[in-house]
Amino acid sequence: MTASVEAAVADAHRREWAFVLAATVRVTGDFDLAEECVQDAYARALATWPTGGIPTRPGAWLTTVARHRAIDALRRESTRDRALPLLVERVPVPGPGERDDPEIIDDRLRLVFTCCHPALVLEAQVALTLRLVCGLTTAEVARAFLVSETTMAARITRAKKKIAIARIPYRVPPVDELPARVDAVLTVLHLLYTTGHTAPVGAELGRRDLVERSLDLARVLRTLLPDDADVAGLLALILLTDARRATRLSDDGQLVLLADQDRSRWDHAAIGEGVMLVREALRRRPPGRFALMAAIAAVHDGAPSWDATDWREIVGLYDLLVELWPSPVVALNRAVAVGMAAGPAAGLAALDLLTTEPVLATYSYLASSRAEFLRRLDRHEEARAAYEESLLLSENVVERTFLEERLGQLER
Amino acid sequence: MAEYLILIYGDEAALDRPEPGAFDAMMKGHQEFGERNAAVLRGGNALQPTATATSVRPDPSGGFVVTDGAFAETKEALGGYYLVEAADLDEALALAKQVPMPSGGVEVRPIRTFG
Repeated sequence: MTASVEAAVADAHRREWAFVLAATVRVTGDFDLAEECVQDAYARALATWPTGGIPTRPGAWLTTVARHRAIDALRRESTRDRALPLLVERVPVPGPGERDDPEIIDDRLRLVFTCCHPALVLEAQVALTLRLVCGLTTAEVARAFLVSETTMAARITRAKKKIAIARIPYRVPPVDELPARVDAVLTVLHLLYTTGHTAPVGAELGRRDLVERSLDLARVLRTLLPDDADVAGLLALILLTDARRATRLSDDGQLVLLADQDRSRWDHAAIGEGVMLVREALRRRPPGRFALMAAIAAVHDGAPSWDATDWREIVGLYDLLVELWPSPVVALNRAVAVGMAAGPAAGLAALDLLTTEPVLATYSYLASSRAEFLRRLDRHEEARAAYEESLLLSENVVERTFLEERLGQLER
Repeated sequence: MAEYLILIYGDEAALDRPEPGAFDAMMKGHQEFGERNAAVLRGGNALQPTATATSVRPDPSGGFVVTDGAFAETKEALGGYYLVEAADLDEALALAKQVPMPSGGVEVRPIRTFG
């Protein structure tokens, strides 16, 4: 009984937190009090569900409890004493709120757009999204980004203060601003995903929890903005890349390259869903950057083997992506695809054009990609130097082990 | 409603020796900005160049140090401001985007109220 209640509360935390918080912020007018009330509501659930039973709609139960807490707190506290201006006009009488009530759905969307407002620095946007939309504790958010809890607490407090003082509105932006604002939200989700997919430093290759949060959020966004091609593109990208998670590491925790992965163990349900979403995302002309990245992932996922991959198609998609998003990192990936489509000499030539890019100067993948092509061209001395350079730049233990192994395999 | 100060930063050298027609275009831009947003404008001025600025700082002995020049030397100097009324930051940013900014850009700061 207790175990099932704990599981139900954990599940409600993951699924309903944003929904409950967003509905409560409308009562309190500020995030801090709303967070406190929502935390109380979850604590109440843990205490009362074992005897009272798990409610049929846990989200509605939690919302009602949190909102009542908020009303009680507001009665006790005099509004005039408040130091910070209110975020939103308070809603006088909160109703129980149906889950599919359009206003409630809007509330969650409001929360996401406020957390990902471009007037906040990107790190703060990510931190607030994890804290307020996903309900992670400050300690958990700090761990995810490898900073101290004090630093993260200060970052979150500063961001909340700016929201209140500069009056960053708690609302869904008007239609003419929507594309730019949705893009800001997607940038946050994509950063969450890539941070989870390959942690910049540390003993593990990825952080599963961050990947799952980004996938959950992309699904929520998809429900909220079903007609947005970029949202479909990002969800597709996450599904199509994450479909390979089971094969990225060997049993002893070593990195396995795409070329060597057991494709039969990929998550074919996720690939199927991702491919449908990519088709939808590509229907918009011109396609967005997430749609193009997802399309590239889809070509990989659809190939029966590494050798049978349609590299020309991949180069074509990268050409479109570079045009849309002239980032040196994208150009680097394109150069690698060129090498696969047209041979290591062509790939090396494309990579060598990028060696003066300042952004790539500390990027281990440029050196490791050059090393791969040099190795395949039997230029072992140069390959050795490039692997060594790459090792100097990588701080991820799993990646470093892989590079050291490759270095060891080179003939002297 | 809240008030925001829109601080206009720009390259003074360019302002000093404007391209032909650029000064007139900028002045026309400000005039149009003022007419379009008259209802929410609470004030605004252009400033003389930083070469005319004088900075005053307290010194440890209780007196003052008076120096020639702006408080902080940057490539883009404060050249003017508008005080506007807006419901929230998005509204203030929408106003800010209409301010002529031939070089540099603008900074939007909420006005602090006490009491």
